[in-house]
Amino acid sequence: MRRQGELSEIKAGWKSLPIGGYLLEPGSAIKYKTGDWRAFRPIIDQKRCINCLLCWIYCPDSAIIRLEKYVDVNYEYCKGCGICANECPVKCITMIEERR
Amino acid sequence: MAKLIGLTGNEAIAYAVKQCNVDVVAAYPITPQTIMVEVLSEYVYNGEMDAEFICVESEHSAMSACIGASLAGARVFTATASQGLALMHEMLYIASGLRCPIVMGIANRALSAPINIHGDHSDMMGSRDCGWIQVYAENAQEAYDWTIQAFKIAEDPRVLLPVSVNIDGFILSHSMEGVEVLEDEEVAKFLPRRKPAISIDPDKPITIGALCLPDYYFEIKFQQVQALKESFNVIREVNREYETLSGRKYGFIETYAMDDAEAAIVCLGSTAGTAKAVARSLREEGKKVGVIKPWVYRPFPEEELIKAIGNAEALAVLDKACSFGAPFNALCSDVIATLYRYGKNVKVFNCVYGLGGRDITPNDLKLIFNDALEVAKTGIVREYVKYLGVRE
Repeated sequence: MRRQGELSEIKAGWKSLPIGGYLLEPGSAIKYKTGDWRAFRPIIDQKRCINCLLCWIYCPDSAIIRLEKYVDVNYEYCKGCGICANECPVKCITMIEERR
Repeated sequence: MAKLIGLTGNEAIAYAVKQCNVDVVAAYPITPQTIMVEVLSEYVYNGEMDAEFICVESEHSAMSACIGASLAGARVFTATASQGLALMHEMLYIASGLRCPIVMGIANRALSAPINIHGDHSDMMGSRDCGWIQVYAENAQEAYDWTIQAFKIAEDPRVLLPVSVNIDGFILSHSMEGVEVLEDEEVAKFLPRRKPAISIDPDKPITIGALCLPDYYFEIKFQQVQALKESFNVIREVNREYETLSGRKYGFIETYAMDDAEAAIVCLGSTAGTAKAVARSLREEGKKVGVIKPWVYRPFPEEELIKAIGNAEALAVLDKACSFGAPFNALCSDVIATLYRYGKNVKVFNCVYGLGGRDITPNDLKLIFNDALEVAKTGIVREYVKYLGVRE
């Protein structure tokens, strides 16, 4: 198990942080890797995946990766909400508890 | 030749705001501040002021609109009092946290319940820790002068914090006094157009108000601590520059007859005026009393307070708001904390007065001065917190 925040960059102090917590460049959320928030990990049985892309549509974190014949999960951002597993029509996604 | 005109406290602030070339006013009327907003809406309607006047449906929205406008780079003013300030409470922290140099006029009024429209400091003291610079004026002239200075202090890149200019509800907000005003051009020169270092620009997208979790939040809050520290220098500079312009000298604290005072009253706002008059008459009787009036309440001017106290042996600190359940009330707590920090052994007692707009008379103040002199003489404080004139 990673320690909290380990996925993110090295943290700046008050002197160098932009005033008021402003984010001075667009699209910077990509640097904030939220995968370490996850308590449950979606595991996709790619042999059974029908590539319907419902999970890709529903994922609130855009953490489903489209491959040619099936999908995969970007674990750097997946927070483990389980929506993909819930929506999967063939139930090929299982949520496994993250091991400590 | 200076121009002298008759203005109420509310009008004095509105007049200053007009001269400060404010871009956006978003405000909601509430007694006893209403006239401040009313006059500003007239200025905008008449074309005397080139500003956007946003009529909002509540004070929460007023402050929200001000925050948006301020972040877009505008010079922004709003005004409120009492319940209105309480309703803004949430947004006050956002204004300071997002470093919006908004200036707000407050005609201080009691908080409900029981409902009351008259003046005390419960509203501002209730939002004391909101990270704003807080100034208290003694009269309409000071309200006018501080409003102009407030914009310059707030917008300084070393500060970038909102400022509240407080006037006692009705006592100042509705009393007309002679106010010496500057020429429009003089104010324009003193306070050029705001130049925000960062503002909202569609060609250079930024994010303001993003989620900030335990790993960064503390650092952003510490920036505010530092900005308030830094504001000491800026306030000093602005006071000096304003004195050159207007001939009127401001600072963190005004003292009256403190040079050889044995006992003193410490109080905010208009009460200081009465206290000075009473001190003058007591001086004629040979009693060595003085008055200490903090103009700037946040940041709290510790160094200046210690200097002001000098060799006085007893202080009566007057609070026009109640910190229920606290050992001392707001102003007194700060005074005692300062004395502790500087290792200064001065006897202090606290006097809560004027809640819900009850008058404090010269005779009341005379009794308080005499109590303070007694404490200075004996070194014994009989009652640490008094509630002036409360009936049993």
